[in-house]
Amino acid sequence: MPSLTVPPGAPPILQSLTVPPGAPPILQSLAVTLERMLVRILVLLYLAGAPALAQTLCQPNASNGYRVRISIKTALGNQAYEWNENEMFLFRATMAFAMRRYYKTETYNVDNIIVCNQTRRVSFWFVVISPENPTMLIPKADVEKAVSMSRHRINNAFLLTDRTLEFLGIYPTLAEPVNPDTPPWLIVFGVVIGAVFAGIIALLVSSLLQKRRKEKGMMEDGQDEEDRQMKGVENGINLDGIYNRGFTDDDRFTKL
Amino acid sequence: MRLQLPNPGLEDRILSHEELDKLETEEAGSGDRPKWDNKTQYMLTCVGFCVGLGNVWRFPYLCQSHGGGAFMIPFLILLVLEGVPLLHLEFAIGQRLRKGSLGVWSTIHPYLAGVGIASMFVSLMISLYYNTIMAWVMWYLFNSFQETLPWSQCPLNYNLTGLVSECEQSSPVDYFWYRETLNSTPDIGENGGLQWWMVLCLVSAWAVLYICIIRGIETTGKAVYVTSTLPYVVLSIFLIRGLTLKGSLSGVVFLFTPNLTELTNPTTWLDAGAQVFYSFSIAFGGLISFSSYNSVHNNCEQDAVIISAVNGFTSVYAATVIYTIIGFRATERFDNCLGGNILVLLNTFDLPEGNVTESNYDQVLQSLNGTHPEVIQGLNLKTCDLNTFLSEGVEGTGLAFIVFTEAITKMPASPVWSVLFFIMLFCLGLSSMFGNIEGVLVPLQDLGVFPKSWPKESTTGITCVLCCIVGLIFVQGSGNYWLSLFDSYGGSIPLLIIAFCEMVGVVYLYGIDRFNDDIEFMIGHKPNLFWQITWRFVSPAIMLVIFVFYFITKVTETLLYKTWNPESENFPTLEEKPYPAWIYVIIFILAGIPSLAVPGTALFRCLWRKRDRKSEQQELKTVSDQMDMNDKAQDGKSRT
Repeated sequence: MPSLTVPPGAPPILQSLTVPPGAPPILQSLAVTLERMLVRILVLLYLAGAPALAQTLCQPNASNGYRVRISIKTALGNQAYEWNENEMFLFRATMAFAMRRYYKTETYNVDNIIVCNQTRRVSFWFVVISPENPTMLIPKADVEKAVSMSRHRINNAFLLTDRTLEFLGIYPTLAEPVNPDTPPWLIVFGVVIGAVFAGIIALLVSSLLQKRRKEKGMMEDGQDEEDRQMKGVENGINLDGIYNRGFTDDDRFTKL
Repeated sequence: MRLQLPNPGLEDRILSHEELDKLETEEAGSGDRPKWDNKTQYMLTCVGFCVGLGNVWRFPYLCQSHGGGAFMIPFLILLVLEGVPLLHLEFAIGQRLRKGSLGVWSTIHPYLAGVGIASMFVSLMISLYYNTIMAWVMWYLFNSFQETLPWSQCPLNYNLTGLVSECEQSSPVDYFWYRETLNSTPDIGENGGLQWWMVLCLVSAWAVLYICIIRGIETTGKAVYVTSTLPYVVLSIFLIRGLTLKGSLSGVVFLFTPNLTELTNPTTWLDAGAQVFYSFSIAFGGLISFSSYNSVHNNCEQDAVIISAVNGFTSVYAATVIYTIIGFRATERFDNCLGGNILVLLNTFDLPEGNVTESNYDQVLQSLNGTHPEVIQGLNLKTCDLNTFLSEGVEGTGLAFIVFTEAITKMPASPVWSVLFFIMLFCLGLSSMFGNIEGVLVPLQDLGVFPKSWPKESTTGITCVLCCIVGLIFVQGSGNYWLSLFDSYGGSIPLLIIAFCEMVGVVYLYGIDRFNDDIEFMIGHKPNLFWQITWRFVSPAIMLVIFVFYFITKVTETLLYKTWNPESENFPTLEEKPYPAWIYVIIFILAGIPSLAVPGTALFRCLWRKRDRKSEQQELKTVSDQMDMNDKAQDGKSRT
């Protein structure tokens, strides 16, 4: 005898289809086929109605939804691709990936991301429904955190940036500034001032050496001249043949 | 008969032509007076002195604000009538009398020594603040060696939640200039303390200057090979780069579009005259010194004409280059403005991208205004006009450190352009500083402030150290305000007075006849009619007119200065404040002391002489007169 246990989540109409135990076999088999048919119909209705149900969940200005604005031509110029259903599919898959990453589960699927109100601007609204309960929307804050966490991956999937793939209401986190240990200008300053001071010292030292050499040279020249004069006076005879000693003799006598 | 004021004893004070020739031939290379290694060094030094920061950041602004191409007409006329004669005069008198400015004027007449002293004071004051501008340029140069220039983006605030509010309200370049460079206080009275990074840059600026002037023109002559030629190379590079940028031609067209009605405005002529005068660095005394190191028969007439032509050409060339870059910046701003408006329209009306472009923006806006006027009103779209952006003409430090640096951040490979630009500014300023310092050092030597036994290195070193210490005023928080004060009052009126006295002194005290003979002796032919007319009538008249108008404008205007005050209502517009009362004393010291030095020294010398003459007369009474008469008789005999 097939067990006629009605599943607990079944709608009340099925639950009322309990056949009393003492019924004849033909009634029992009839009940079973009827039940199976009803279940199939209900499943079909559910499947058909689910999107409609979901559509009511996703609305512009929905409390748990976000608006997305995409500017492909601004970002890519000549290499812009066209936004079509395949791209939308990729978006939903990326969002599902973000949700999976945030919650660290593997339950999220493309079906959990619902999109509506597409415009020619390429902007649309989306909501995320929970995989366990299709009527329940994931709250705004959680969606925001999930998006912020995977923002870089989402941007790269579409070759866009924070500015061209906008989630209105979710602000991009600012890049952390790179602070080097020593400011670069101090390094350049050190190099320049070191070179300049080295140059100054070199010039000062060289001028000092020049002066010393000049003084030494003058002293030596002076000594040479004195020696020559002394020689000339003592010998009285000019061995060089250049300087005429006659003049020196005259100088020793006073003018008349 | 030419008008000639009595000038007894002039022959005794100057070397005669024969003595000059002897001086020329007998000693070559030795002796007290330094000499140029070759003519090129002399020309490059003079060109470097004349061509300075004013050619780059004052002339383009004047040109654009006074009718573009039409401004060339008063500029060129006054260049020929005012600039060239004054230049020739200074070159000729320096070459003839072979002394620095103080020596030249004392030689012409002892009472005129005040002109030399005034020149020295003015050169000193200008050196003090000019090197601070060099320090600012060095700071920007040091900061250009980074991949992302620090003035291209706002820094984050303390909690890393957003940008610093002062920067967000103004712009990254403004913030970097007023806060991170100057650390400007809101008032000239609050001095804000010394900014250590600027002190380091000031010390490095003076150190670089010292190493270039350490042995006088021996080292300066070598340095000018780089500092005078590099700016032209960099300007050419920027011209080529600028012309390849979008929107550069609109900048150049805007600059040179003539507006002939401006010629009827007297301010245009006044500004042109003042620009020619200040651009030629006349009355500083530096040019007289430089030309006194020349040989006696150097052709100073040719030099004056060449240098004037080079100076004028450089002004126009630099203006073209600057305005290609400004045109690029204005076009960039215009595109951003328009792009922003287009984006707002697309987003509000959910139109697909590419529907509204720059070409059909106006039509689309009109049609949308017809259908949804309230929505359009609520959007507050900005009006984007290219001419408004182009005429945001700035001059001075604003041009170099705010407008140009912003334009550089938008060019690819910005650090390279930034380094090139600031090296060019540094070279322009350094070569002008050589002339300024020469105008300070040589009078100090002539006055005997330093003992003659001290080597040149120590005198230049002491001067540089003292100037650096005094220059610490300008690296405080309020330093920028002090600098503009010095610039407006210390460097304007006294120079006009000195230049006027120079012309009158040479033409009427030294004697135009003697001057003509000197020039004939030096270069071989007498100066022609053009020089005669300009030296004797035209140039002094122009100087007088400019001086009178300048004086009246300065005295009658209410003294306001612009401050950077983040607390003010119209921030980021600079707030105008009146000067405090004690500033008037400073202004009087800055402008009054050099100007009053001219009559003051004359009076002093006159009284001193009278006292000497009185004591001489008293002596004569005690010594017997007979001796005097005998001497006079003998003198009379020997003369006949």
